Amino acid sequence: MFRKATTSVNKTLLTGLITLFSTNIFAAWDDLNMTEGVTAISKEVFDLHMLIFWICVVIGLVVFGIMFYSMFAFTKKKNPSPATFHENTKLELAWTIVPFLILVFMAIPASNTLTKIYDDTEGDINIQVVGYQWKWQYKYLEDDIDFFSNLTTDWDEIYNKTPKGEFYLEEVDEAVVIPVGKKIRFLITANDVIHSWWMPDFAIKQDAIPGFINTAWTIVDEPGIYRGKCTELCGKNHGFMPVVVKVVPQDEYDAWVQEKKDAAFRMAELTEKDWSVAELTERGEGVYLKNCVACHQANGQGITGIFPNLAGSDIVLNNKPRNVEILMEGVQGAAMQSFANQLSEVDMASVITYTRQAWGNAENGDGEIVVPKDIVEYKKPKV
Amino acid sequence: MSAVIESHNHDDHHHGPAKGLTRWLYTTNHKDIGSLYLWFSFAMFLIGGAMAMVIRAELFQPGMQIVEPEFYNQMLTLHGLIMVFGAVMPAFVGLANWLVPMMVGAPDMALPRMNNLSFWILPFAFFILLSSLFMEGGAPNFGWTFYAPLSTTYAPPSVTFFIFAVHIMGASSIMGSINVIVTIMNMRAPGMTLMKMPLFVWSWLITAYLLIAVMPVLAGAVTMMLMDIHFGTSFFNAAGGGDPVLFQHIFWFFGHPEVYIMILPAFGIASHIIETFSRKQLFGYASMVWAMASIAILSFVVWAHHMFTVGLPLAAELFFMWATMLIAVPTGVKVFNWVTTMFKGSITYETPMLFAIAFVVLFTIGGFSGLMLAITPADFQYHDTYFVVAHFHYVLVPGSIFSIMAAVYYWIPKWTGNMYDERLGKLHFWLSFIGVNVTFFPQHWIGLAGMPRRIPDYALQFADWNMISSVGAFLFGASQILFLFIVLKTVMGGKKATPEVWEGSRGLEWTVESPAPYHTFTTPPKVT
Repeated sequence: MFRKATTSVNKTLLTGLITLFSTNIFAAWDDLNMTEGVTAISKEVFDLHMLIFWICVVIGLVVFGIMFYSMFAFTKKKNPSPATFHENTKLELAWTIVPFLILVFMAIPASNTLTKIYDDTEGDINIQVVGYQWKWQYKYLEDDIDFFSNLTTDWDEIYNKTPKGEFYLEEVDEAVVIPVGKKIRFLITANDVIHSWWMPDFAIKQDAIPGFINTAWTIVDEPGIYRGKCTELCGKNHGFMPVVVKVVPQDEYDAWVQEKKDAAFRMAELTEKDWSVAELTERGEGVYLKNCVACHQANGQGITGIFPNLAGSDIVLNNKPRNVEILMEGVQGAAMQSFANQLSEVDMASVITYTRQAWGNAENGDGEIVVPKDIVEYKKPKV
Repeated sequence: MSAVIESHNHDDHHHGPAKGLTRWLYTTNHKDIGSLYLWFSFAMFLIGGAMAMVIRAELFQPGMQIVEPEFYNQMLTLHGLIMVFGAVMPAFVGLANWLVPMMVGAPDMALPRMNNLSFWILPFAFFILLSSLFMEGGAPNFGWTFYAPLSTTYAPPSVTFFIFAVHIMGASSIMGSINVIVTIMNMRAPGMTLMKMPLFVWSWLITAYLLIAVMPVLAGAVTMMLMDIHFGTSFFNAAGGGDPVLFQHIFWFFGHPEVYIMILPAFGIASHIIETFSRKQLFGYASMVWAMASIAILSFVVWAHHMFTVGLPLAAELFFMWATMLIAVPTGVKVFNWVTTMFKGSITYETPMLFAIAFVVLFTIGGFSGLMLAITPADFQYHDTYFVVAHFHYVLVPGSIFSIMAAVYYWIPKWTGNMYDERLGKLHFWLSFIGVNVTFFPQHWIGLAGMPRRIPDYALQFADWNMISSVGAFLFGASQILFLFIVLKTVMGGKKATPEVWEGSRGLEWTVESPAPYHTFTTPPKVT
């Protein structure tokens, strides 16, 4: 009786240990391997990857096996007189034809999967993805939703001044939201340089190229938050423009769409409001820190030779029309892009006002401010 | 193949090298120019290596510690450019200069003055490139592949200097290749038919043709960039009706043959060394030649496998996948040949042999990951991650660079007349071997797990293996100082080498004394 109890305790312990150990091993292994992902395609891609991997392992074992055997068995000590054979047509034919057949065996499933990935039909929901230096814009073509997705990891975390959070460099202010079970088609392009939109869990990686629209599609059945990254070198902050996709049940998705539409309406109201300098400057600082600080720096001084200095710049001090124009149109042939589509009228006006007020600019220049209505005015077709 | 020297008398009045700096400036001697190339390439290897150390130091931990992202991008760009154009390619040209004339029984390269010119423009090219570090806006920061429009509209002003530097490197490579081809075609000793040439000579003949075919394409690409930047054209600017993807097609039409330019001579070197230290004839000479030729031809029809994610049509993706997979066949033939050469041989493990064996094993691992990358659907997951970084470093570092080190240990007794220190050579090998694997093997894993390449900072799940990889890189980097020491020690003195140097050596270069006289084969030997 007593003995039996110990055995069962032992057994439990053992099973527990084994489970613990093996889950750890598998967890560790998963961290070092390609993700299986959450779509039918991503699982197929994973299987393909493992198939080719194991074929390579087997070939490697055979070839290196013979090689290491030769290295140990045919040293000068053990085999002082070398053989003299060379060339053997049959053997040489075999080691040309057999690898070829193995390749054909690999190429068939690979070609099938590829053909499935190249399904170019319309999606239930079509989302245009636009790469910018260094953020993503998402436009829901059916619902007229349009927003930018920026990294939210604090620069203090990046520069090791504060501890790094769980989703360091993999978190954004606004994720792409899609419903489960629907065919989503992404239309991927870029505004400035080439970026690449990668979502490992969907096995989608498509370059975002200015002037081109590439497509990719997915159907996700598991709700969750999925994280990916930009994978084409796109300049200074290439490492800081993650992709986050939130997959939710259909009703949650519908609610989200409605909320986005309401927010757009509230924004329109804000545009009509009368703003004080302090309100604009306060809002503008937030906009600046999100959109401008990467190049022009927190002190407004930019980086000599690459990104212009705003503190004391003649345009920022004394030339309001040109100031607005640069923000709205960008600068041809330079890294400065047009922010006309990225910022609302309110944000546009407040960020310009902020730069004209901060760093002593108000004292040194004309101190003129820009209000949202100015931007609305600017956007009206010119006669 | 047996080589018999009929007459080997040196005229007594034969002059040696001139004295002082002018010897090196004005020299038209293939051995001097070979040494210049090799020293230059070693200097570039250290500079490019120092940049790699900066990269690995920044990646040692997550977060930005040592450099800013802007400078990080300059480092990774210059590291790539310097290693490809400054270290690996000139090293192979240096080996060709030293060895091709001696292997084919010629007194010198066919075009000695052009040989001088093709070397002496190189330091200027790299001076221009490196000087861009001190320019306003910094050095090129768009990766060694310099994709437009990041390298045109969005590039720092120093891009113009980069373009001229690339032009000069290209001119140098083209002149070097013309010289190799003309030498091999016209100056072989009587009796040395094409199919009797040593494999290193074959590998360089094929490499030289590849260079002549693709360096002008690279020159075209950078010229179009120059036009876009300064003369208002829009080759690569979508806003002006141009095509950014066109740039990638042109670049990789150059770029893929380029990667074989950096590995074919290594095939030649490995074949000689394995043959020598196995004391057994190479298993299949003819099939080795045909395999190299097939690889070279295939290299022109696989370029778009670097571009699987740019949105090519399905038919193109399928074609480039199949064509790329096909390269595994001739590459396999080469590996099987090396293994069967060792089989039933009588093997000893001097330093060159250790490097050559490591070359075969680790290059093959790079070949396996290359095959995986060829599978287009899987490439959608691998592309532009550390898996790719691991792949091409496996074929370039323990591939090309190990073969160059093997070649230096193998032929340095012939060049200097002194044996290198075997104990130190082996130490250098083991440190490099461990360093290279600790650096690059974990990069396969972090790539598969999802870390993109060319980023200065990364998410926390990649931290452990990045740290290990950095430690490996520091070990590998430090061991190369030992290499410099071993080479210098051998140049200064050491055990005297015999003409044959190695027990199993075959080929004309082993028939002249060690060190090889300043002028060899002024009377051509007869090859039977």
